[in-house]
Amino acid sequence: MEDLGAAFGLALELMAAGDPELVGIVRLSLAVSLTAVAIACLLGMPLGALLASVPFRGRGAAIVFLDALMGLPPVVVGLFVYILLSNAGPLGALRLLYTPAAMILAQTILVTPIVAALSRELLAGLQEEYADQLRSLGIGPWRAIPTLLWEGRFGLATAALAGFGRAIAEVGAVMIVGGNIKHATRVMTTAIALETSKGEIALALALGLVLLALALFVTGAAALLRETAARLAHA
Amino acid sequence: MNRLLLALLPLLLAMPAAPARAGADVIVLQSTTSTRNSGLLDHLLPKFTARTGIEVRVVAVGTGQALKNARNGDGDALLVHARARELAFVAEGYGVLRCDVMYNDFVIVGPADDPAGIAGMRDAPAAFARIAAAGAIFVSRGDDSGTHVKERSLWRLAGIDPAAGAADWYREAGAGMGATLNIAAGMEGYTLTDRASWIAFANKRNLALLVEGDPRLFNQYGVILVNPARHPAVNFAAAKAFRDWLVGPEGQAAIAAFRVKGQQLFFPNADCGRAAQGPFQRTRPRPSGS
Repeated sequence: MEDLGAAFGLALELMAAGDPELVGIVRLSLAVSLTAVAIACLLGMPLGALLASVPFRGRGAAIVFLDALMGLPPVVVGLFVYILLSNAGPLGALRLLYTPAAMILAQTILVTPIVAALSRELLAGLQEEYADQLRSLGIGPWRAIPTLLWEGRFGLATAALAGFGRAIAEVGAVMIVGGNIKHATRVMTTAIALETSKGEIALALALGLVLLALALFVTGAAALLRETAARLAHA
Repeated sequence: MNRLLLALLPLLLAMPAAPARAGADVIVLQSTTSTRNSGLLDHLLPKFTARTGIEVRVVAVGTGQALKNARNGDGDALLVHARARELAFVAEGYGVLRCDVMYNDFVIVGPADDPAGIAGMRDAPAAFARIAAAGAIFVSRGDDSGTHVKERSLWRLAGIDPAAGAADWYREAGAGMGATLNIAAGMEGYTLTDRASWIAFANKRNLALLVEGDPRLFNQYGVILVNPARHPAVNFAAAKAFRDWLVGPEGQAAIAAFRVKGQQLFFPNADCGRAAQGPFQRTRPRPSGS
């Protein structure tokens, strides 16, 4: 229990002090996860819209498969990317292993199915709602994709946030492909794992609280953005 | 709203460009958790970098995984502790120019009230046998690390195969040294640990050092370079500079000077002679320009 109290004190201290090492770790965490989520949105949202709008043989199976991919274990994704990027692997020549780029790749693979599946869920509802209108305007299922994405933009922010939550909290994949190298690939979650393994429980917990604050800041900013944008749109 | 956007955008744009992993001045060192978690590498590497301008990026995993990663060419040098494995790695042609670097020892730790009654023993296999006889909880690394290799050799010497039966007192953590110590502390179990990890570990709770001083608990660390003939992309010149510094007077003195809580954790004993290469070395190092 004393660890818990000490952790709160330490967390406040850490954030107040602005220790350059911690700032570097926070920056890298945000850069990696936000980039991964941005790429995942670019890929996943159109994919979700396509699955929501365009009927094709095997669509049901594709949707089930996509939903299942939401449960991909980060460690497995990490291993897959490791095998891909290892010097002995097919993409070894790119020399990306143990770099932030490798971490972004792993998190993108992890997050894209989440963004796509949640987007599809949301846009399928919209598609039903607008089906008559779209038909009367002569808009086919393919051309409806941008319309659906635009009309669903506020809801889609939630899909992006869910993806971000997964990415920023994930440790298994970035540990394997990043290597938790000090000043190079150490992020919040791998730093927490490291401090735990040193037995520095209070410090590990404190870093966890900093991570929580970070997630709160990002989701809060997103909520504010969405609200303001919605107000402007309806004004 | 725009201000928020502006605040978030740079984070996206400032995505760090992937630094070249094996530029002229960067090497990746596959090493073990004991050398990192004890703070030794944080103590040594800045000195080496100041001397040579070479940056060393440390991936700290168990010795088994470090050797596997290096086998794939993911890393330029190794600093690990499982001598027989290291010599096999060299004999198979994956590594070259191995040297003994330093040593310390393993110790057996366990709950201070010591239900198996091993405190003060100097015979490690006998202590293991007593833990097994008492059915007291023993937490094994279970991760093919240098410490796990040593632990299994001690069980063999004790004539016991704890992993074979369904021994419910024998718990395989499948984790690093620190995580295993956390588990042992939580379960009030015994475990084998290298002394450096033990002294630097901050969550000892009710654990105490119970057995030490058996010569069979000796823990030798070695440095190996990844064979450039097998993996031409390695930064052989910089890795060799690191190895030479580590076994040279400056590196050895820095190892000896490293203290945690007033205690010396690693003892330099550099040896790059034939014995350090193992009896079977077939592969000779080649120039890195291949």
